[in-house]
Amino acid sequence: MSAFSAIGDEREVAQDEFTPSIEPQPTWCPGCGDYGVLKALKGAMAELGKNPEEILLATGIGCSGKLNSYFDSYGFHTIHGRSLPVARAAKLANDGLEVIAAGGDGDGYGIGGNHFIHTARENHDMTYIVFNNEVFGLTKGQTSPTSPKGHKSKTQPNGNAKTPIRPLSMSLTAGASYVARTAAVNPNQAKEIIKEAIQHDGFSHVDFLTQCPTWNKDAKQYVPYIDIQDSEEYDFDVHDRRAAQDAMHETEDALYEGKVLTGRYFVDDERPSYQQEKRQRGELPEQPLAERYFEDGEWERSYDFIDRHA
Amino acid sequence: MTDDELIWRIAGGSGDGIDSTSQNFAKALMRSGLNVFTHRHYPSRIRGGHTYVEIRASSEEVKSRGDGYNFLVALGDSFARNPKENAYYGEEEVKPLAENLDDLREGGVIVYDSGLLDTAEIENFDERVEENDWHVYDVDLRGIAKEHGREIMRNTAGVGVTAALTGIDTTYVEDLMAEAMGGDILEANLNVLEDAYEHVQEEYDPDAHDVTVPEGEHDEEQVLVSGSHGIAYGALDEGCRFIAGYPMTPWTDVFTILTNLMPDVGGISEQVEDEIAAAALAVGASHAGAKAMSGSSGGGFSLMSEPLGLAEMTETPLVLVESMRAGPSTGMPTKPEQADLEHVLYTSQGDSHRVVFAPSNQVECYEQTRKAFQIAYDYQIPVMVIYDQKLSGEHRNVPKSTFDQAPNPDLGSVLTEEELKDQPHGETGIYHRFQHEGEDGVSPRSIPGQKGGRYLATGNEHTPEGHISESPSNRKAQVDRRNEKLASIRENLDADERQQVYGDESADYGVISWGSQSGTVEEAVERLNENGHSVKGLSVSEMAPFPKEFLSEFIESVDDVLVVEMSSTAQFRGVIQKNLGQYGEKISSLLKYDGNPFEPAEIVEAVEEHGSGEELSSNTRFEAAAGGD
Ligand SMILES: Cc1ncc(C[n+]2csc(CCOP(=O)(O)OP(=O)(O)O)c2C)c(N)n1
Ligand code: SF4
Repeated sequence: MSAFSAIGDEREVAQDEFTPSIEPQPTWCPGCGDYGVLKALKGAMAELGKNPEEILLATGIGCSGKLNSYFDSYGFHTIHGRSLPVARAAKLANDGLEVIAAGGDGDGYGIGGNHFIHTARENHDMTYIVFNNEVFGLTKGQTSPTSPKGHKSKTQPNGNAKTPIRPLSMSLTAGASYVARTAAVNPNQAKEIIKEAIQHDGFSHVDFLTQCPTWNKDAKQYVPYIDIQDSEEYDFDVHDRRAAQDAMHETEDALYEGKVLTGRYFVDDERPSYQQEKRQRGELPEQPLAERYFEDGEWERSYDFIDRHA
Repeated sequence: MTDDELIWRIAGGSGDGIDSTSQNFAKALMRSGLNVFTHRHYPSRIRGGHTYVEIRASSEEVKSRGDGYNFLVALGDSFARNPKENAYYGEEEVKPLAENLDDLREGGVIVYDSGLLDTAEIENFDERVEENDWHVYDVDLRGIAKEHGREIMRNTAGVGVTAALTGIDTTYVEDLMAEAMGGDILEANLNVLEDAYEHVQEEYDPDAHDVTVPEGEHDEEQVLVSGSHGIAYGALDEGCRFIAGYPMTPWTDVFTILTNLMPDVGGISEQVEDEIAAAALAVGASHAGAKAMSGSSGGGFSLMSEPLGLAEMTETPLVLVESMRAGPSTGMPTKPEQADLEHVLYTSQGDSHRVVFAPSNQVECYEQTRKAFQIAYDYQIPVMVIYDQKLSGEHRNVPKSTFDQAPNPDLGSVLTEEELKDQPHGETGIYHRFQHEGEDGVSPRSIPGQKGGRYLATGNEHTPEGHISESPSNRKAQVDRRNEKLASIRENLDADERQQVYGDESADYGVISWGSQSGTVEEAVERLNENGHSVKGLSVSEMAPFPKEFLSEFIESVDDVLVVEMSSTAQFRGVIQKNLGQYGEKISSLLKYDGNPFEPAEIVEAVEEHGSGEELSSNTRFEAAAGGD
């Protein structure tokens, strides 16, 4: 028997298997976009037939970070900005796991910005969902890295002097091999995009527009979206880095002008994941490392290497 | 000068290959049957700047670098760029000779490279030579090196001259060269060695001085290892197969040793974007079922405070290494200090706990790192190994059999899927990962991917199932359970095993030390007892949970206690007093914080002058304890 028999255990999985048996009272406000992410994630996992116990969902801190309180799988609610380093190590150590990281725009693009750039650069085989509500939700509405210029909050009472970050362009430049944007108000697209992101072999970044009716009432996230894949006007090749870059610039500008464009922006199926790169160099064991601890195999000792290293 | 020890110092410019040459020479001396101990002094510069390596070789056991030295090989600094007076780093060119004279013992030998160095540029050189009865040999090391190969082989010429002047058998050196290199380079080096040796035999009288190499014999095979090797090997033997880090001197030593080993043992090494990430990766890997480690030095460890707390709250086993250097901030990157102790003990928010081991030599580094992993994985708690720049880089011979031990890849308090079935799952069907009733405070864990063990690990306070909760009764139960681990760990750690008492058992004067200074203190205590004093010493290596009873007993058994440490604020003495809450009237400190470790003579002097009101001659100072006079 395998030590991790939940991994790869193929069967039909019902969506409500991801609902905790005692459903905690949600801490999310009524009308919060975060419910949309939860729903899309459950739908995607069920349709992909993922066993809840082969999934590790690592989150940061924020309203968004509560995701794994309402999604029943193995979960790690980490610290503000640090879901990515925890998640990618779990994937390296226990390769069979389906690893998802999630958090807010403050969490992912602010405090965790350094990890975001480097995880994308390394192209770790995992999915990263950023709940982009353009504010800090949990700490009560302060300006976030994606807040529009001029956005007023208690910490920027005269209006935000900073230009918002461009998350899609950033992850493309850093090296993510799958980049998409979707929105809570677009449930079908959201589910499809999360499915694709999970299936993609490499770092998948999904910028997920979520409305925060409590702190960001006039956000564009309420505005009807345009699905670029369904629109002839936005016909471009998602495998073409330059075309993707242009399309991203357009959507990143348009968002702050009141037009919401969502869809798949960049897919690179050729680039090997970090795991593949490491394995090629002999730096990642063939068998998932964690499995070894449950087997009766031989363990090397320092004594066997001492003449070479001491 | 006696012939019972050779303390050989080779000095030159950083980047001139002094490190590798001396490493090989130390190994050669070890293979010839001697005990060796190395000490490395280097500036925070990549190339150029005064650097030296010292090798103490004796037929007796060596516990420290000793006081001063008796044989100098001064090479030219080929990277000296600014020979101007008042240049920022001083007069580089003659430093390899000038800088080292203060510590050279009377009757010592000086070999200098006359191809590069001019004694006329050194103040009062001839007078000092005469005063100290030094024996000077000017040899054109650079010329010999150039003739058979390249200038950089001056090192090898220096070794050849040393052998000729002390009677060392060069076959061990030749064998090591053959192991390390081949082809033309080997050929050239062998020629340089031989030529230098013969040159001295022909031109000089090697018996004009009394410095010779002692004879010794080992009854079993020895290996030359540093403290960092000890830590790396200990981790490997406990089944650590995941290491994440960000380079910072001196932590980089452990990081690179393990990175080199990992591909051979099916492990993973990750150099990441910063130290927060490094420790967070170790947490993630450990959570997912691997034995993992990270570490850093002072500044980098500051960043690790966050993931350290996360590991404690989520009860994820974590081993972190802290290799101290002089601070605050970037401080002195290549100089040792013991002043991160409080940083390591108390960083992180809340009533947080960690276990802290402080090994004092290479073998303890190995054993205590093994213990660190056992405690971390059995008790699901962060464990730290704290040591310093000195112990990190100094090499010493130990019997190879020290490492001939069984590996222990056991993940500790982890359940198999079979065992998971019998665990409490409650009405909800959810596994009680954080049950209140864990034995010794430990509730066994499952690993993601296992059937029937799913749970949420969260850094927020949580219920037995892992749900976030601020319920007062649950909070108290969880805190009490996590606290309970400490008492059990204290009980299971046999204090006698790690705290070493030595010297005169009936003495009423005690010296306490920790970490890298302990060997030096031990040598000082031996010397004091030989000189007719009655002193005993104690080396402490458990910083948390603190071995209170053991310490009390030791302090009760004497009238006076001197605590020796490399810190200006007496942090270690503070930890003793905080834990024991008394003995202020008995305890005083001997402190040093000039960037150099203690020498045995400084401690001998301090004990002899203790209470006399005399000023100490070196860069050390006395300080009374709180509650003392
Ligand atoms: C190190 C640290 N700094 C600050 C905080 C306080 N904090 C909690 S959540 C948060 C911001 C949340 O905003 P975002 O990441 O956008 O998520 P949202 O709540 O909007 O989903 C902050 C600053 C913290 N928990 N930890
Ligand atoms: S504060 Fe905003 S982001 Fe947070 S739960 Fe409420 S609506 Fe959602």
